Amino acid sequence: MASAVNKRIYINGVGCLSPQLTLDNRLFLEEPVSTESNRLKAIDANYKEFVPPEMVRRMGRIIKMGVAAAKTCLADAGCQMPDAIITGTGLGCIEDTEKFLGNMIKNNEEFLTPTAFIQSTHNTVSAQIALLVQCHGYNFTYVHRGFSFESAILDSLLQIENGRASTVLLGTADELTANSLQIQKRLGFWRRNPIDNLKLFDHPDKGTIAGEGAVFFLLDEKKNSTTYTVLQDVEMLFMPHSADEIRSQINGFLNRNGISESDISLLLVGQNGDTRHQKVYDEVAEGSFPNVPACGFKHLCGEYMTASSFGVWLAAKIMKEQRIPEILQVSKKPSELKHILLYNHYQGINHSLILLSQP
Amino acid sequence: MSKRIYITGIGIISSIGNNVPEVFTSLKASRSGIGEITLLNTLHKGSLPIAEVKLSNAGLLDLAGHRGSDQFTRTTLLGMIAAKEALKSAGIEDVNAYRTGFLSATTVGGMDRTEVFYKDFLENPESGRLKDVVNHDCGESTEHIASELGIRLLVSTISTACSSSANTMMFGADLIRSGKVDRMICGGTDSVTMFTLNGFNTLMILDKRGCHPFDEHRAGLTLGEGAAYVVLESEDVVKSEGKQPFAELSGYGNANDAYHQTASSPEGKGAFMAMSKALKMSNLNSSSIDYINVHGTGTENNDLSEGIALERIFDPVPLFSSTKSYTGHTLGAAGAVEAVISVLSIQHGIIFPNLLWSTPMKELKIKPVTEVLTGQDIRHVLSNSFGFGGNNSSLIISKPV
Repeated sequence: MASAVNKRIYINGVGCLSPQLTLDNRLFLEEPVSTESNRLKAIDANYKEFVPPEMVRRMGRIIKMGVAAAKTCLADAGCQMPDAIITGTGLGCIEDTEKFLGNMIKNNEEFLTPTAFIQSTHNTVSAQIALLVQCHGYNFTYVHRGFSFESAILDSLLQIENGRASTVLLGTADELTANSLQIQKRLGFWRRNPIDNLKLFDHPDKGTIAGEGAVFFLLDEKKNSTTYTVLQDVEMLFMPHSADEIRSQINGFLNRNGISESDISLLLVGQNGDTRHQKVYDEVAEGSFPNVPACGFKHLCGEYMTASSFGVWLAAKIMKEQRIPEILQVSKKPSELKHILLYNHYQGINHSLILLSQP
Repeated sequence: MSKRIYITGIGIISSIGNNVPEVFTSLKASRSGIGEITLLNTLHKGSLPIAEVKLSNAGLLDLAGHRGSDQFTRTTLLGMIAAKEALKSAGIEDVNAYRTGFLSATTVGGMDRTEVFYKDFLENPESGRLKDVVNHDCGESTEHIASELGIRLLVSTISTACSSSANTMMFGADLIRSGKVDRMICGGTDSVTMFTLNGFNTLMILDKRGCHPFDEHRAGLTLGEGAAYVVLESEDVVKSEGKQPFAELSGYGNANDAYHQTASSPEGKGAFMAMSKALKMSNLNSSSIDYINVHGTGTENNDLSEGIALERIFDPVPLFSSTKSYTGHTLGAAGAVEAVISVLSIQHGIIFPNLLWSTPMKELKIKPVTEVLTGQDIRHVLSNSFGFGGNNSSLIISKPV
């Protein structure tokens, strides 16, 4: 796709609820959380701080995760009310979906109550945020596997570029349940044996570790004292035929943004320790970015359909603080951090590129 | 924002027809697709009507041009049939002759198969055919359809409840205007499932007699299934190909009611804002709208809230009808189903009625069109789609100039 985004669009606030201690924006992975398992659970916030008490009990966990991350983000940016809310979710509110489905089957379609059905709707997270902050603006939810977050980014950039919004609350939410973990285990997604997540990349094998989280960003057409980074551009590649095709797409993507491969200060890759999905990351990194420092991040957040949003959170923090946390095992230290490129793929099908630049 | 976005192709499958000509025939004949459940395996068979596509999955597979494969969900099959028709009607042979993307909407994705899986899975977490659950997520149908059409450039899925497929057209048009693509196939697909039927039933908003939109004695909606897609093309493509577009997507707006997760605000704030945004974008006065294809689900709450918003914006309120009385509420497909019907209204100068209507709502001054009106000069149609989570969308579809 030709044409880069013309306006410079800034990330002026972040809120990240993840398996790491990330919701407190003063921290930056000083004490990485490790678990000996094949599942990384997001650390629940004290949701009463974010949701009215009468709502906390009934609200599904993914909604609470989303609201906590979104409100943290708005507070971080000092923004009372965004012009639009645009979110991405891979599987949506699966806990409530399972609840309603299970009750329906067990009770043979009788004696059902509506709460789980109502909350199972895929746009519930962005709708509840709108309700809580009373945002009447544009409100979209993208639900496309490894393109869910990327589509939301693209729409957010367009909304600001075409002047319909000055600020957009952009975010993701995905939750893991015991049942979804079990189903995906049977599909062969996860490691057979528990592994220390922090050592995931040291022990490549079949399967990865499951993750979840809710990550929000406040995008703004104006730079201010809270600015983290420029969210420069995004690109999605659906079922590319080869690493060569991906490399040529990356080249075109960087060119339209006025830079080349050697201008990238840090390459964040979505590798997840699964040997079946590693080859393409290696081919791209070695083929296009032989001298660029690179590292993975999914040992911190686990693998899930919107995990790339954790990568963008990481990139935004790195850019703002101009330092890379130790836990990231960078191949070599970059001299300065001007452009960060995130290359991710989900199941080899949804490949994406996200470019962030120094403001 | 000066460039126009044209609708150059349409495709549809619903309870009133498996393609555009069949749907058009049913619309003209005031023939509703609402009736007794025949295919869905549910306890509510015989007590709750729905608007089913009267073909088994095997029949749909045939229609989609596939044989002997059970890899597709019903949602995928419906979408494939309608999307292929849309491409064909746009005269597109080589889909990649221009930069083309595919945006689809769905509310429950592959739920029709997940229900089958889950029954076994609940009894034993090691059982249930994995084939039946890998298609659960909303992106699955989109990817199968995109692959069938040969589209790889930009493929994504929107799920904002009952406004989902209207929203694909907004994003699609924005993408064309941005210069990232030349054309987009936009729309949505949803099959009826036990999950949605029971879900709406627990909310007590399913009318046992079939929906009666904008009627004083309305008692809820009727679930339907189907798929519809439109081909959106840039002004440049239309000019260079010398195409005669069916219609223009001249304006659109999305707003959030921010009132309640499922209910609409009494004053229809979100609806009012969405319609106002669409009018503003199209540079039209409210008096320019010749016909409104209302959301009109037939629930107590929606029709009152939407009606109040209409009376606030329009004076007088133009001719309007809810064609959900034909197709049922097709959820994620509804916005596209109604966009296709709106295009047919413009093309043929016909307003299709709001069936099953008898008594005006006492809170409103307005009443819908109840008979087929032919010979109308319809220049601008407003089509509303409102969803859970206060998601309100309005499209303005115009006769091409």
